[in-house]
Amino acid sequence: MKTFNYHSAKDSKEASKLSSSNSAFLAGGMTTIPSMKLGLASYKDIIDIKSIKKLSGIKVSSKSVVIGATTKHVEVANSKEIKKTIPSLASLAEGIGDPQVRNRGTIGGSIANNDPSADYPSACIALEATIHTNERKIEASKFFKGMFETALKKGELIEAIEFKVPEKSSYQKHPNPASRYAVVGVYIAKHKSGVKVAVTGAKPCVYNDDDLSKALESDFSASSVAGMKLKSSDMNSDIHASAEYRANLVVIQAKKAVEAC
Amino acid sequence: MASLVGSRVERKEDKRFLTGKGRYTSDINLVNQTYAIFVRSPHARAQIKKLDISKASKASGVVSILTGNEIAEDKIGGLIAGWAIRSEDGTEMKCPANPPLAKDNVNFVGDPIAIVIADSLDEAKAAAEMVKVDYKVLKAVTSTGDAMKGDTIHDGIEKNLCFDWLLGDRQKVKEAFDKADKVISIDIINNRLVPNAMEPRACLADYNSGSDEITLYTTSQNPHLSRLIMSAFGNVAPEHKLRVVAPDVGGGFGSKINVYNEDIVCSWAAKKINRAIKWVAERSESFLTDIHGRDHVTHAELAVTKDGKFLGFKNETIANLGAYARVFGTVTPTYLFGPCATGVYDIPAAYSNVKAVFTNTAPVDAYRGAGRPEATYTIERLVEKAAMELGIDRTEIRKINFPKSFPFKQTLVHTVDSGDYVAGLDKAKQMADYDGFDARRKESESRGKLRGIGVTSYFEACGIAPSAAVMSLGCGVGLWESAEVRFNPTGQVTVYTGSHSHGQSHQTTFAQIAADELGVPMENIDIVHGDTDKGTFGMGTYGSRSLTVGGIAIVNACKKIVEKGKRVAAKMLEASPDEVDFKDGEFVVAKSNKKKTIGEVAFALYLPGSRDSDFKSPLPEGEEPGLKETSFFDPANFSFPAGSHIAEVEIDPDTGEVKLEKYTACDDFGRIVNPMIVEGQVHGGLAQGIGQALHENAEYDETGQLMTGSYMDYTMPRADNFPEFNIGYTCTHATTNPLGVKGCGEAGAIAAPPTVMNAVIDALGGQEITMPATAEKVWKACKSMKKSNAKAA
Amino acid sequence: MLFYIIIFKSSSVGRIIFTCYNFNKIIRYYYIKEADLMTKITLEVNGKKVARDVPDNTLLSTFLREHLNLTGTHVGCDTSQCGACVVHVDGQSLKSCTTLAADIADSKVTTIEGLANNGKMHPMQEAFKKMHGLQCGFCTPGMVMSAIDLLKKNKDPSDKEIRDWLEGNICRCTGYQNIVAAVKEASSKM
Repeated sequence: MKTFNYHSAKDSKEASKLSSSNSAFLAGGMTTIPSMKLGLASYKDIIDIKSIKKLSGIKVSSKSVVIGATTKHVEVANSKEIKKTIPSLASLAEGIGDPQVRNRGTIGGSIANNDPSADYPSACIALEATIHTNERKIEASKFFKGMFETALKKGELIEAIEFKVPEKSSYQKHPNPASRYAVVGVYIAKHKSGVKVAVTGAKPCVYNDDDLSKALESDFSASSVAGMKLKSSDMNSDIHASAEYRANLVVIQAKKAVEAC
Repeated sequence: MASLVGSRVERKEDKRFLTGKGRYTSDINLVNQTYAIFVRSPHARAQIKKLDISKASKASGVVSILTGNEIAEDKIGGLIAGWAIRSEDGTEMKCPANPPLAKDNVNFVGDPIAIVIADSLDEAKAAAEMVKVDYKVLKAVTSTGDAMKGDTIHDGIEKNLCFDWLLGDRQKVKEAFDKADKVISIDIINNRLVPNAMEPRACLADYNSGSDEITLYTTSQNPHLSRLIMSAFGNVAPEHKLRVVAPDVGGGFGSKINVYNEDIVCSWAAKKINRAIKWVAERSESFLTDIHGRDHVTHAELAVTKDGKFLGFKNETIANLGAYARVFGTVTPTYLFGPCATGVYDIPAAYSNVKAVFTNTAPVDAYRGAGRPEATYTIERLVEKAAMELGIDRTEIRKINFPKSFPFKQTLVHTVDSGDYVAGLDKAKQMADYDGFDARRKESESRGKLRGIGVTSYFEACGIAPSAAVMSLGCGVGLWESAEVRFNPTGQVTVYTGSHSHGQSHQTTFAQIAADELGVPMENIDIVHGDTDKGTFGMGTYGSRSLTVGGIAIVNACKKIVEKGKRVAAKMLEASPDEVDFKDGEFVVAKSNKKKTIGEVAFALYLPGSRDSDFKSPLPEGEEPGLKETSFFDPANFSFPAGSHIAEVEIDPDTGEVKLEKYTACDDFGRIVNPMIVEGQVHGGLAQGIGQALHENAEYDETGQLMTGSYMDYTMPRADNFPEFNIGYTCTHATTNPLGVKGCGEAGAIAAPPTVMNAVIDALGGQEITMPATAEKVWKACKSMKKSNAKAA
Repeated sequence: MLFYIIIFKSSSVGRIIFTCYNFNKIIRYYYIKEADLMTKITLEVNGKKVARDVPDNTLLSTFLREHLNLTGTHVGCDTSQCGACVVHVDGQSLKSCTTLAADIADSKVTTIEGLANNGKMHPMQEAFKKMHGLQCGFCTPGMVMSAIDLLKKNKDPSDKEIRDWLEGNICRCTGYQNIVAAVKEASSKM
C-alpha cells in the first residue's frame, strides 16, 4: 500500500477542510483499504471521519428513519427501532458482506462508493431517501450518477441518510457466489404515493425499474410481475452472469420480494 | 496396553496452532533481512525487447535487482518436469526450458522477469514499479481444446504438443466396440482449478558466508526433494551446502510439491548479496503463479451390451500443461490418469490416449487427486449415462461390472490387491436411503423444485511409491520413503520422517504408530519432519503416501529397534534372543517373570561399560552401542482405496441455484489409524470435490488474462455451501504393507465431482452441463428442459 | 570528488523532503516518507499496553505481526475475504488486514495469542482441538476469533447460524463440518 498521511477529523468542517483532490474520507474502509492495498487507488491524505460524533446514530420517527453516515451495518441490522419501522432495511444490512465487514462497514461509505452491486443504494432509491451532506440535501434519485459515481462534490461529506417509511417493503438478492456481492438485488417498497422497485447489480448503476413499478402499482401481487420479460440489452454481463440471466433474476427477485412484503 | 492404532486420539499439533504459536514461513524474520518483489509479465505471451532497471536500481532502499541475464551468467538451471513420458510413436516428450527468471520470452501472465530486493517491502514494491520492460506482445494460446491449432509457443515444439501418449490396445478396443450392442459416448471438460492453500507461498533465503551454506525456509510439501532439484538441476548449491526447511505449512494440496522460481531465485540471490531475502506471495500472485489443477478436454466412449455389460472403453483427452512442464505436470495426465480411467470395472479392452499441450497459462500440475479425479469423472459420467440410456438402475449396472474377485487385474496397469466394491455400494445406498429417493423427488416437485440423485463408485491408485513401477513408467526418482527412529538414553523417542505434514496430522498418527510398535507413551514420542538437516532423506507428502509409505518406514525402523533391543535384553536377562518376547514395551523371557522394559534396555545400550570389573557389558559381543535405526521403505505396489458416494441435489428452476441436500460417502481405506483424522481428511476432500462440481473455475480470457484472480471472482467454497456430510466405511486391509492401510487424503476430491454432477444431470433429466454447475448454466438447462417438455406434451 | 548540498524543505503537510545536489545537478531526491516520520500508536494488546512508532499506512495485521511479533494473526488474501486475520477490537471481531492501526488507536485488541488464561486454553480453542476443527492451522486463528464473537451474540447457535456467520472465514482443509461441530461444542461449554 502506498504511503499516505492519516488524519482524524473532529468535525465535518475540519474533514472538509483537510480534503483535497488527492484525499479520501475514511469511514469503515471496507472498500477504500482493499483498493489501496491492491494499488487500484492511492491518496496523499486519508481523512478518518469516524470520530465525528454527529455522523453516527439512528433516529426513527413514524415517517422517517435517519441514519448517520458512519453508522455501521451491524448497528442498522440490530436496531430494534429499524426492525420495527422498516424491517427490510435491517435485513438488508444483515446481509451485507460478512460479520466482520458489518462490524466495520458504514452506510455512508457504501453510498458514497456507489458500487454497482452494493446493497444500500437500492434502499435509498426504493425508500425515497434524502442524502444529507455537510452542504445540502440530495434526493436519492439524483444522487447515484453512474458506476462508482455520485453527485458528491470534492470535499462534500455525507452526514446522514433519511429514509421514508413505506407501507411495506422487502429486499431480495441473488449473491455472487464468490464475492457475495449482489449479482442482482431488488428492493421493493410500497408507499402511499406509489411503488418503487429499485434494482442493484443489474446495470452499471442502481435504478428504479419503471415497468415493474407500474405493474405493481396496478396490482401489488407476485403474479403481476411473474413472467415479465425485461429488456436486457443495457444490463451488465460478466463471467458471473449474462445480461439475459440478470434480466431473469430481476423478475424472480422482484417476485420474491413482493411475496415477502 | 490398548492399541493406539485405531483410536480417536486428539492431535498433538493442535495446541500450538490454536494458541497462535504455529511457525509458518512468513512468521520467520532474520536480522538484517531484505524483502523481495518479483517483476512479472503482465502479458500471456511476449518477447522481452528491452529490460531497463536503471531507474529502479537507484530508488530508495534498493539493494539489488537481478534479471534473467544474471541467472544465465551464473548458469542457474531452470524448473523441470520430473517424469519423462514417451509418445505412442516412441519419441520422447518435448519440454521447453523454464528459466527461473525469463530472459527472452514470457509465456504466462505472472512469469517472473526480475527480482527487486530492498531494505523494506514498500521500497521493493515502489522500485519494482520503476522497472521498465518493453514487450513485443504476441498472440496468446489459451484454449486447451484448440492449443494444437494455435501459434507455436516454444521453438521446436510443433502444435504445442508435449507428447501424444497411449496406454492400452487400440486394436482390441476396436474389436470390442464391433461386438457392442450400444456405444455410449460423452464429451466432457474437467474444469481448471486453483489449489488455494490458505497460506500463500513464501520463502526466506539466508546465506552464511562463513560456512558457505544457504538455508531456505519455504512453503514446501517435500523439502528434501526441493533440495535435490535445486541442487542437481538448479545448480544453486551442492546438497551438503543447501538446507531446506519447510516449517509449518498452511495446506498444500499438491501446489507446494514444486520447487518454484522464487525458491531458486531467492536462494541464489541471497548468496549474491550476502543477506537474507524474504518473499511472501500476495494472494493475487498465488492465483497467477501457483500451479493450477485439472484442465482436461475429453471424449470418451463405452461399448456395452444391452444387458449392461461393459465390453470396451476409449478415452481421448487433451490435457493442458500450461506454459511449462513442472515436476508432476506430465505424469498427472498420463500414469495417474489413464490407468484409473476404467474405474472399478472389469472392462476387457481399453485405451487412454492423452495429448498434452502447452498454452500461455500458469503451469498445470498435481492438485489433490491429480489425474484420478479426472479419470473418475470420465468413467463415472459414462457409466451413469449408460445406465440412463439402457434403463438399468445406476447401482445395478455398476455391480454387474465390478470385479468378481481380488486381486483384481485392472485392464490397463494396476493389480488391485484387495477390496469389496459390492459391500461398499450397498452400505452407501443404505446410508443414503437410496430407496427413499423417489418419495423425496416427488416432495421436491410438489414445491416446484427439481431433485436429482447421483452415484459414483471409484478406486484410486495412491500411496504413490513403488520405485520399480514408477521408474519403469518414466519417473526420474525412486519414490520410497525413509524414517529414522532415535531412542534417547532416558526413554523418549524422536522419529524423523521424510513425509511432511501440512495439515495431515503426522505428529499424532505417526506417534500412534510408533507408540504401538515400541510400547512407549505417545507423549514421549516426537515426530520431526520438514528440515533437510534433520533426518535422512525423504520424498515428501502427496498422493496419499504419508501413511502407506512413510508410516510403514516408521513401523519397519521401530521393528529394527525392537530386534536390537531383544538381543540386548536377552543378554541382560541371561536368555537366548528367541526366548524373549516383546509386548507393551517390555522384553519378557518366555515362561518366566524375568523382564526388562524397553527404556531400561535403551539406557543400557548407551552405557555399555562400568567401573565395576565384575560387571558384564549388557551388549552381546559385536553389538554396537546406541539405539537408533533407519528404514527406507519401498512398497511392492500402490495402494487402492475405493468406495461409493451418493449425492442428492435440489434445483430451483427459476434461478438455477443448486442446493446440495445430502452427501453420503462410504469409503474403504483399509485399516484406519485415527478415525477422527480420517474423517477430517474425507470432509476436506469432499469440499474440494464439491467445489469443483458446483463452484470453482479458473478462467482465462482469449488474451491470457486470468479473470478469476481473486476471491472476488474465484468461488472458494464456504461453510454455508455444504450440508452435513454423512460418512461411513467398509474395510478390507491392504495386503502390501504390514499395517494394512490404503490412504485417505484424496478420496473426497476424486469421488465428489462425478457424484454431484450425476445428481445435477439427473435432476435436469439427463441434460449434460459442464462443471461447475453454476446457477446460470443450470437455469439455461432448466429453460431448455421446459421447452422440450412442452414439445413432448 | 563529489560535493553534496543538502537542502531541507518542508512539505505541505509538515513532512520533510531533502534534496541532494551534486553541484547544480540533482542526483537524488530523498523524500522522507512516513516510514521515516512515524506516528505513535498506542494500543492495549492482549491486556498489555503497547506503543510503537509506525507509518500511517500500517495495517493492524502488519502492526501485530511485524511490530509486535504476534504472528498468530495470519494474512491469507488481499481482498478482505479469507478471514485468517480476524482479531477482536474492543470486543468485536474485525479483519485486521483491512483496518489501519492508526484508525483504532487506544483500543483494546485481543489476538489468538491472548485467549489462553494462565496456560489454559479458551473453551473455543479446546473445542477446536476436541472436534478436530483444524488441519493445517492457517485459517484457525481467524476462525476461532470469529467464532468467539458469534457466541457472544448468540449463545446457542444452530448449525445454519454457525455456517452463515462463518461466511467471512475460508478454510481449505476441513470442509467446515468439524469447525461447525467445534463451535457447537464450545457453545455448550461457554
